[in-house]
Amino acid sequence: MATKKTTIDLDALLSSTNTDFRMVQIMDEEGNIVNPDLMPDLSDEQLVQFMTDMVWSRILHERSTALNRQGRLGFYAPTAGQEASQLGSIAAIEKEDVLLPGYRDVPQLIKHGLPLAQAFLWSRGHVDGNKYAADLQALPPQIIIGAQYVQSAGVALGLKKRNKKNVAITYTGDGGTSQGDFYEGINFAGAYKAPGIFVVQNNGWAISTPRHVQTAAPTLAQKAVAAGIPGIQVDGMDFLAVYAVTKKAREYAVAGNGPVLIETITYRFGPHTLSGDDPTRYRDTAELEGWQAKDPLIRMRKYLTAKGLWSEEKENEVIEATKEEIKEAIKEADQAPKQKVSDFLKSMFEEPTITIAEQIKQFEAKENK
Amino acid sequence: MAQLTMIQAITDALAIELENDPNVLIFGEDVGKNGGVFRATQGLQEKFGEDRVFDTPLAESGIGGLAFGLALEGFRPVPEIQFFGFVFEVMDSIVAQAARTRYRMAGTRNIPIVIRSPFGGGVHTPELHSDNLEGLMAQSPGIKVVIPSNPYDAKGLLISAIRDNDPVIFLEHMKLYRSFREEVPAEAYTVPLGKAAITKEGTDVSVITYGAMVREAIKAAETLEKEGISVEVVDLRTVSPLDIETIIASVEKTGRVVVVQEAQRQAGVGAMVMSEIAERAVLSLEAPIGRVAAPDTIFPFGQAETLWLPNASDIEAKVRETYNF
Repeated sequence: MATKKTTIDLDALLSSTNTDFRMVQIMDEEGNIVNPDLMPDLSDEQLVQFMTDMVWSRILHERSTALNRQGRLGFYAPTAGQEASQLGSIAAIEKEDVLLPGYRDVPQLIKHGLPLAQAFLWSRGHVDGNKYAADLQALPPQIIIGAQYVQSAGVALGLKKRNKKNVAITYTGDGGTSQGDFYEGINFAGAYKAPGIFVVQNNGWAISTPRHVQTAAPTLAQKAVAAGIPGIQVDGMDFLAVYAVTKKAREYAVAGNGPVLIETITYRFGPHTLSGDDPTRYRDTAELEGWQAKDPLIRMRKYLTAKGLWSEEKENEVIEATKEEIKEAIKEADQAPKQKVSDFLKSMFEEPTITIAEQIKQFEAKENK
Repeated sequence: MAQLTMIQAITDALAIELENDPNVLIFGEDVGKNGGVFRATQGLQEKFGEDRVFDTPLAESGIGGLAFGLALEGFRPVPEIQFFGFVFEVMDSIVAQAARTRYRMAGTRNIPIVIRSPFGGGVHTPELHSDNLEGLMAQSPGIKVVIPSNPYDAKGLLISAIRDNDPVIFLEHMKLYRSFREEVPAEAYTVPLGKAAITKEGTDVSVITYGAMVREAIKAAETLEKEGISVEVVDLRTVSPLDIETIIASVEKTGRVVVVQEAQRQAGVGAMVMSEIAERAVLSLEAPIGRVAAPDTIFPFGQAETLWLPNASDIEAKVRETYNF
């Protein structure tokens, strides 16, 4: 009788590579707590604050879109739909933690301490938008997709070397996971066991390119395996789940265990940016509607209303307050001084070089005319 | 005082700065226990510990990001890119990130990093080890580019670079690492960034150059001296920013100039030096500005280096031409 030959079964290897990355969810679409074991310990005030943050962000999105259309804002990357993903994660972060946002992550920056008027100046293309206070532990939104990941590994290693009990948190999208810097960032942080939280906001689309064109991997969270670090997929439309997972990742990283990769499954209701992108060219209305039914605001509203913590009145108060805040911030942004080339030249180096010093004189002469 | 090679002078400068400033960190591929592929960091990890001198994964872009992030946390990173031909992997971290941070954040943040990297021909390396890519860096606003030509300058310039609060690219010519020794003071001293040196005084023709071409220019000058042509050799030392004052003063004195680089004619910083002279001292010129540079091909195969690299006789010929114009 012939003995059974050992074979190399690549299909079996693939299914073991694509291990189970079940999505973490705490609250379902109807606002029911479906995973009470994972429910974070939160006060009523905290819960109300979370809802307030999401409403604030949605209104900020709506007003930013309108202000962009009026020409009163410049570059703007819509955030509607991603409130739970963006604000649920930043809510789990301390003020002394360092935030390295991507270009869509302006709401987190504002929650982390960037004045709204400065966020508007950044959108317009005014240097004062990036004049960060010394205690604002953040960088301006990163335009080069992936760069924030390798930089976060460095910041995280720096925090570790300083023995600080803090983390670096950074964000990219689903398309960004295809970049070399995405992999290098998580791999470096892993090799040094550096306290980094790497968030992938998987909103299904990188401009017009769907998520499945980026990679054959069934989840993005499993890309953590390549770095030898934990990867976790979370319902990015569920504020409580994003908050709980990020908080857990923060505890893990601060305790010296190394970085964590978090994939949030979310959606952007709007276009990629307001710089001419038209999602009706590539996205079905049915898909959009399906995701709108999962709106993170709706489920949190249901949950809080059932608990007697939220009402239409309360929501309208937040909406009005936010609109007022935005109006004030735009007014403040309008007051920003005119930018000067001589100032730009002066900020190139600590000491101007010979040729820069010459150019400062030339431009000052022009500016003083 | 001791007689040191350029690589010993570099190690000496690194040790001094590690001692002097606890924020100085050295890292890169094989710079720790191994002491670097050229022994530039030899003994440093042993003396200062793995916390200060450490190896990284093999990924230049990651190294650039690591340096950027550490600088943001108040460290003074001195990362190494094993060979400068590998800079393409880390261009974004250098020119799009480190170089622009002070500007984009209106001076509220700065990135004090020094990227050390070997380059340069004449030692028969494999592909993409020796390429002269300083021109790419010199064209990028927000970074300084330093290229020492001797042990004394290497030590003083590296100490200055590490103490500088803006990003500096410090390029070390492989042929100069061990080709000669020179008196180098044991203590810390600085050579200012952005300042050229008159390596040899002369009155007839200025030869403006940097890196390994400085030695070739001195050789050429010695030959030409015998023919009655007095050559002034200007070693740029920093190729960005250029020391306009020293360059122009020399040209105004001699009235004739030859710009020499190892890089291809379309690369390097030679064209920049020539345009500054044309703009600022054209009335002092008795002859067109001469140029010696490598041919506009990809860096040569090892065995073809001697056919390709500019040398002392190329410089002599161009100086004669300029002198007799």
